[in-house]
Amino acid sequence: MAAKKDTLLNMFIAMFVISVVSGGVLGVVYNATKEPIAAAETAKKTEAIKNVLPEFETLNNINVKSAVENEDADLPFYLAYDANNNFIGAAIETFTNKGFSGNISLMVGILADGTVKNISVLQHAETPGLGSKMSEPSFKDQFNDKNAKSFNFNVKKDGGDVDAITAATISSRAFCDAVNRALLTFENNKGGF
Amino acid sequence: MANWNNLTKGFFRENPILVLLLGCCPTLATTTSAINGLSMGLATTFVLVLSNISISLLKNFIPNKVHIPCYIVVIASFVTVLQLLMQAYVPSIYETLGLFIPLIVVNCIVLGRAEAYACKNSIGASAVDGISMGLGYAMALTILGSIREILGSGSIFGWKFIEGDTILVFVLAPGAFIALGFLISIMNKILKKSN
Repeated sequence: MAAKKDTLLNMFIAMFVISVVSGGVLGVVYNATKEPIAAAETAKKTEAIKNVLPEFETLNNINVKSAVENEDADLPFYLAYDANNNFIGAAIETFTNKGFSGNISLMVGILADGTVKNISVLQHAETPGLGSKMSEPSFKDQFNDKNAKSFNFNVKKDGGDVDAITAATISSRAFCDAVNRALLTFENNKGGF
Repeated sequence: MANWNNLTKGFFRENPILVLLLGCCPTLATTTSAINGLSMGLATTFVLVLSNISISLLKNFIPNKVHIPCYIVVIASFVTVLQLLMQAYVPSIYETLGLFIPLIVVNCIVLGRAEAYACKNSIGASAVDGISMGLGYAMALTILGSIREILGSGSIFGWKFIEGDTILVFVLAPGAFIALGFLISIMNKILKKSN
């Protein structure tokens, strides 16, 4: 049996039926996967928060306006309290658009006194093998337990204390930019926690 | 015998990348490591098999003049289904492949097989063709990814065996072209000998 003749009606029917069936299938799959996708994203975030903060009892999610000048962006803050409702620190979902390719999003854990506890990379699209090394401990762990009072959160090329990743200065700078955004916003708002 | 030939052709005689040179864009971009190459290959196999089967089913229903738009809609639907499934159940792989999953839609192999094979052959033969081409593609991508990962990052499937400096260029775009060029020349040599 050969293909149907190229009449307008046949073409119309073929395209219509195929589009409707595809649309229907997509709808079903979208609905079926909506919850697992949301769950996977939440799980990833919760995991990141646990990674960057010490043990805590309750978590409170608020949005804080970024303290960087002329910037209209909200940073999600996850405020952690212990059993006696004392403020322990905040996990801040920060970002930068200075990455080598695309935005970088980090979860930065900052203790009540402004010390960086730990950092977790949520999302990036940096060059594999170069900028992607930002998620490896050899780079990101140098920020751990550092305080802005005694540590300059910029790469050494810019006069700071951070060892940049070899052949990925732009990615390293972007990483610092994101961390500094979190630190600055935290400093400006910490009275209210 | 015909089925056996149909199944093996994707690996050597008609390997999509090394012989037909189809679908090179995602090939060059995703093969920065062996695991990325393998996952991209398997993702493409999934789409290729399903699209080959459905296009073979629909071949008598689609008029000639609109066959390309119809094929694209079918292929795009399967890619989106795959993307949603991966996002839901294997988020880590989804993240590394990210942008390249939607690009399977425009991968020449998928449309090429629909056009050259599935619209003329039976459902079974088209499915075998999809498996053969897809796995051949996955094989080539895994080999290419392994070479680039070994030379560029000093590791294989994420297991690091060289500490310190490696040949960075193999992780970057030029390294993909160089490695692919050598692979193709080796493939040509093998095929010439077997003929």
